[in-house]
Amino acid sequence: MNAPAYNFAYLDEQTKRMIRRAILKAIAIPGYQVPFASREMPMPYGWGTGGVQVTAAILGPEDVLKVIDQGSDDTTNAISIRKFFAKTAGVATTTATQDATVIQTRHRIPETSLHANQVLIYQVPIPEPLRFLEPRETETRRMHALAEYGLMHVKLYEDIARFGHIATAYAYPVKVNARYVMDPSPTPKFDNPKMDNCPALQLFGAGREKRIYAIPPYTQVVSLDFEDHPFEPYRFNAPCALCAAENSYLDEIVTDDKGGRMFVCSDTDYCEGRQAAGHHGSLSAAPYKEKAQERDHG
Amino acid sequence: MVDQNALENDEPLLVAKSLSKSYGRIAACREVSFALYPGEVLAIVGESGSGKSTLLQLLSGQLAASGGHVSYRMRDGVTRDLATLGEAERRFLFRTDWGFVHQDPAQGLRMAVSAGANVGERLMAVGWNHYGRIRDTASDWLTRVEIDIARIDDAPRTYSGGMRQRLQIARNLVTEPRLVFMDEPTGGLDVSVQARLLDLVRSLVAELGLAVIIVTHDLAVARLLSHRVMVMKGGRVIETGLTDQVLDDPREPYTQLLVSSILPP
Repeated sequence: MNAPAYNFAYLDEQTKRMIRRAILKAIAIPGYQVPFASREMPMPYGWGTGGVQVTAAILGPEDVLKVIDQGSDDTTNAISIRKFFAKTAGVATTTATQDATVIQTRHRIPETSLHANQVLIYQVPIPEPLRFLEPRETETRRMHALAEYGLMHVKLYEDIARFGHIATAYAYPVKVNARYVMDPSPTPKFDNPKMDNCPALQLFGAGREKRIYAIPPYTQVVSLDFEDHPFEPYRFNAPCALCAAENSYLDEIVTDDKGGRMFVCSDTDYCEGRQAAGHHGSLSAAPYKEKAQERDHG
Repeated sequence: MVDQNALENDEPLLVAKSLSKSYGRIAACREVSFALYPGEVLAIVGESGSGKSTLLQLLSGQLAASGGHVSYRMRDGVTRDLATLGEAERRFLFRTDWGFVHQDPAQGLRMAVSAGANVGERLMAVGWNHYGRIRDTASDWLTRVEIDIARIDDAPRTYSGGMRQRLQIARNLVTEPRLVFMDEPTGGLDVSVQARLLDLVRSLVAELGLAVIIVTHDLAVARLLSHRVMVMKGGRVIETGLTDQVLDDPREPYTQLLVSSILPP
């Protein structure tokens, strides 16, 4: 109609500059949590206000945006954020990992390997990896400053003492560029190796906690462990029921109340791509799709 | 080698020179000077408010002095002023070459993590990265402080007061420090538990050749553990000397009062 109601990508230009400065600092000091003046966003905390602000700050008119939530393009959170930027920035959106230039994610890294022209933006609930062991912020900052990370191993020690193995399955602490210990946001530890030496830029935004941190492209990211209890990525021991993938991260889906369940790829784009390429698992998604269509039309 | 050791033991480990601390108009500590030698146990006694705990905090670098300075002979043999150490160096010293036993074990322990991890934390902080070895060392130390190995995975909040205090000692000694500060380590424990703890501390000190600065208001503790005693009153050291000398033949009226206030056994 006439004048647009929002500035491009919702935030005003001064706010975007402030966020970009924080991002530049974060890239300069890999893994370091940079404080920034997080704004109120038109969504509740916990829905990705940090990630959305980072996305808004770096998005350009030429960008192609993909948003995933637990690997899926079609959950409420992913759809609403994708629509939010389609409306406020008018950028093209996609579900294909390959085609996207900016990918905002909650709790997963896509299975398709990322390339150098991409930026991966994580939504982070609690950026401080030492938080549950040391409640004082002044103390954790000092520990980061002096690289005193003995406490992080105390957590892993407790895991082994209690369960016989490192039972931390998500938000598994990593050391970035041999300096800062970082919380990779609640991604499964299956995804940790993908962060190491990744060609894409990785940015992390925590809106409520007002922190931004980053892993520049091709940076060393090491998962913490013990010599006699090395880091091991975890995956359900089954192929995907829809595309038969043996190497993707799986979701467990309960299908009835008699103990029936199926394992499917959590990355929906990867799974659909494989099905389109002719890979089929023990179950087919077709009947479910038909039912959904019947419901929609009937 | 023997000569080298003898030479090293001839030099003081920690030297305090006219240490003072005032909080506004209140002088908590005035002109305290002394030298502590390796393997020596020094007791600081005095009533509440006499400046004992302030002095301990000044000596351990947790509090900046208003006047005077403390120097410490590092493991490399160089004596350095604590005020000139960077924060990283000071914190490193604190978790390797020093120990600090608090009166309240909750201050010195992580109450929510297991005893094994409490003992292992200092080792992990200096870069130990082998679970099996950390656990072996932790169980070894729990045995030395007479805690049942079966309790290694229990959190200290399930421990009794005496066990917590012994665990705190194990946690501090695991990196084999040369100097341990103790702030009323037997406070709040009943008499039989106190006796056991003192016995343990005495044997560990002798075995490891630790230097200890122990703050206490209990003269019996000073008599049992220490070689030398410093009596404080109103922020000043009013009398100092060998333990038996000070406690059996006190010179100052205040010390005489302090000694005579103990009930005869």
